[in-house]
Amino acid sequence: MTTLQRKTHPRTLGRFTTGLIAAAVMGASAHAVAQDNDPIKVGILHSLSGTMAISESTLKDTVEMLIEQQNDAGGLLGRELEAVVVDPASNWPLFAERARELLAQHEVDVVFGNWTSVSRKAVLPVFEELNGLLFYPVQYEGEESSENVFYTGAAPNQQAIPAVEYLINEVGIERFALVGTDYVYPRTTNRILEAFLKDEHGVADEDIMINYTPFGHSDWQNIVSEIRRFGEEGKPTAVVSTINGDANVPFYRELANQGIDAADIPVIAFSVGEQELSGIDTGPLVGHLAAWNYFMSVDTDANYDFIDAWIDWTGDDMAVTNDPMEAHYIGFNMWAEAVRKAGTTDVDAVKEAIIGVTVPNLSGGYAAMMPNHHITKPVLIGEVQDNGQFDIVWQTPSTVAGDAWSDYLPGSRDLIADWRAPMRCGNFNVANGSCGGSTAAEEAEAALAE
Amino acid sequence: MRRFLSLGLLCALLLSISFTAQAQSDSNPPDDPAALELLEALDVRSYPAKGEAITAILQSDDERARDWLQALLDGRLQRTDDGRFVVVLDNRGRDWPVADALTNEPLGDMSRRELDRIGINNALRNQLRSAIAVVDLYSPDVERRRSSAERLLGEVDEELAEPLGELITEEEDRQVQRRLAQALAIYQVESGQLEGVEALRGSLHPRARVALSRAASGEDPVIADAASEALTSIEQNLKINRGIETLYFGLSLGSVLVLAAIGLAITFGVMGVINMAHGELIMLGAYTTWMMQQLLPGQPGLALILSIPAGFMVAALAGIAIERGVIQFLKGRPLETLLATFGISLILQQLVRTVISPLNRTVITPEWMSGSLVVNDALSLTLNRMFVLGFALVVFAGLMLIMRRTRLGLEVRAVTQNRAMARSMGIRATRVDIMTFALGSGVAGLAGVALSQLTNVGPNLGQNYIIDSFMVVVFGGVGNLWGTLVAGLSLGIINQVLEPWAGAVLAKIIVLVFIILFIQKRPRGLFPQKGRAAEG
Repeated sequence: MTTLQRKTHPRTLGRFTTGLIAAAVMGASAHAVAQDNDPIKVGILHSLSGTMAISESTLKDTVEMLIEQQNDAGGLLGRELEAVVVDPASNWPLFAERARELLAQHEVDVVFGNWTSVSRKAVLPVFEELNGLLFYPVQYEGEESSENVFYTGAAPNQQAIPAVEYLINEVGIERFALVGTDYVYPRTTNRILEAFLKDEHGVADEDIMINYTPFGHSDWQNIVSEIRRFGEEGKPTAVVSTINGDANVPFYRELANQGIDAADIPVIAFSVGEQELSGIDTGPLVGHLAAWNYFMSVDTDANYDFIDAWIDWTGDDMAVTNDPMEAHYIGFNMWAEAVRKAGTTDVDAVKEAIIGVTVPNLSGGYAAMMPNHHITKPVLIGEVQDNGQFDIVWQTPSTVAGDAWSDYLPGSRDLIADWRAPMRCGNFNVANGSCGGSTAAEEAEAALAE
Repeated sequence: MRRFLSLGLLCALLLSISFTAQAQSDSNPPDDPAALELLEALDVRSYPAKGEAITAILQSDDERARDWLQALLDGRLQRTDDGRFVVVLDNRGRDWPVADALTNEPLGDMSRRELDRIGINNALRNQLRSAIAVVDLYSPDVERRRSSAERLLGEVDEELAEPLGELITEEEDRQVQRRLAQALAIYQVESGQLEGVEALRGSLHPRARVALSRAASGEDPVIADAASEALTSIEQNLKINRGIETLYFGLSLGSVLVLAAIGLAITFGVMGVINMAHGELIMLGAYTTWMMQQLLPGQPGLALILSIPAGFMVAALAGIAIERGVIQFLKGRPLETLLATFGISLILQQLVRTVISPLNRTVITPEWMSGSLVVNDALSLTLNRMFVLGFALVVFAGLMLIMRRTRLGLEVRAVTQNRAMARSMGIRATRVDIMTFALGSGVAGLAGVALSQLTNVGPNLGQNYIIDSFMVVVFGGVGNLWGTLVAGLSLGIINQVLEPWAGAVLAKIIVLVFIILFIQKRPRGLFPQKGRAAEG
């Protein structure tokens, strides 16, 4: 099924320069010439090897499935879609190289890709320099808005903040253990959560425990026993977990072995979905929580159709769907809708057209692209069941718009992003009324690092 | 005309209502309306309303009440599209076998689309557990009574306190009796009775401690004094228990390090081959365990035991292939060996990714290895790690035996000490090389079998252990098995002692810095090899 395209025309570079000159000379008319009946190229930038292959390879399949479905429905603007798959091999610098290859060499019209924040940061300059389109499908720490990137995963206010509010209001939790892997996403998220808990809910210092562990941490004995003691002080306690990937299995195993049950100390996770659970014996996890914008157990016909299509595509009866897959589903449909609206695949026209585009999501509602390049999403809280699925126990009454800059961090509080004319700014400072350029982002990062 | 229409509509509506009512009473036995009503009260959106429905079921004296509550707790109580209440018997896959909730009559398979589950949340789950515990208190089954008594610690209220006293005197099982007495005492402390404080003296249970520390800051001075006195002795006792716990954690982490490193202690330590693919040999062992569990579905324990020889064989064969295919041509060129074996490790990883899956595989922990051994209320030792600790020691003893007491061990030592001399004595050095490398690789496979019980079984498994393995071998002294054992265990303990106050990231860094400094001072590790061979 994989269409690994590897065109090695010696004259590609020459063609590319000619194209550039032509574009500069003829302006918009050049695009009309280029379109004709050539297929529309859709780049897929997901790791198929290396450590991230575990999460990213299914996303590659998802986009390929969506492309095939689109082609079966007659393509787009009367043209076929064609997938161009590259493998950045979980190697961050290689992500930038592959992104350049997709944009400059294959001249793709849009790219779906990336998982980790660090890989996104690596390709960002490439997409901005070559003016490409990137749809990024994973929940992330926020504090970013690029003209060329569309964030279809959750920002912190679409996942972490509602999850903690659920714990406080619905479960009555008073003590929080913020446990995460030691890298940018957990650190930023936990900083936002800490500020939020203290400022908005008056949680005392001694009722917040923060702990970081290295990637792939496998010996959780001490930390779990610390959490156990933290929870034995008589106040209802919960763990907010930003533990990443592989470290989760030993963590949950240790919890179960030390006899910590979800009813005593629930764990709410932001990185554990159906796919992660498929690698775990879920018996001991029952009742632990996860916050996402989609669960495979969502009871809508759109979702059942998506699941059936996915199972047919993979040929695996036990294949699972997850949140980033839905994000790609939404992102792909948004892009297709924007292309239809603009009548062209030209990047600038699509960027203009996509803001305000609304497409159905899989949970029975609609997702709209906001001017800050984030989308609206419902927030769902699910409890793990023994069959590896989530039972949805709570959801926000309406969708929540993604916030690029957190309201709870100094330095980012005053920033907004709006890519519509005439503002066209990813970090506009409402306090001093200027577009901060890159410095505002750096200040926010410096404030984070402090 | 309009009025006529709306009247007609009303009629149709009424008719349809009576029709659905008819349909419902058809699908459930008509002689059981009370039970149906109880269950129907559960099928509402609001969680507080569900809570009331649970209380109603509890008070209904229906003999199926416990089964319903248990099914509700497990998320198996569901409703079909035609309003029938069913219990899902197995919720794996897309179609689930179900049975009628009222009659227990099996109804065959149903698809997820036809079923609506009665959802609960953690608050209701707590309520259900307590409710089931109260029911189970009167159960003839001693196991149920035990878990019920366990559950009731800190959950006793005025209503339950009264019959509890009587139940305690009638109870035959000592364990249940003790727990119930504690539960009652906690209630007494909370309601300000001095006798409760006396009963809780020396109890290490966290609930007891919370109750006492609340009482210690309470208003009644007599109780407050007694409680804080009781607390001091408890705190002291807790400290000792925590010390033991940390030691156990350390030994357990150490045993993992020893297991991962001991195969390397042979290939690298004894033979001097830098094998960067050592981690992937561990991974092969872990995948063998998974494979065995696939071959023997439903018998994870037997599969795990059979995996021990199978994992050894698979990794040993892979080791022989690596030795014959690559390493033998690079004898005496450590840098090239390092690069070549690093390449092999990447190849093996990607091979697993492509052939099996990039996703982690589920390896089931057998029943007898899950949970923990409860020493007292403050100290319980996790069973899976205890098994791994024991396994590590057995493997170590086995290896020592082979190296010291068998002809192979003798030949290995002879070849590594002086290859030329050994050969001139008639030892086939090449064969010894193969056997030694196979032995070291096989032991790595054994480590994989054990690690499959602790961590992820995925393509990256080996990567996580390769650095630690080299660290342990170098720290312990190259070529010395005892050194590997002592180094592994002591690094484990150091790490676990540091972790609570330094954090996991910093603890790891401190350990690494410590090793760097140590190697500066004593380049040959803890137990340097003596004699002329070591100087060469």
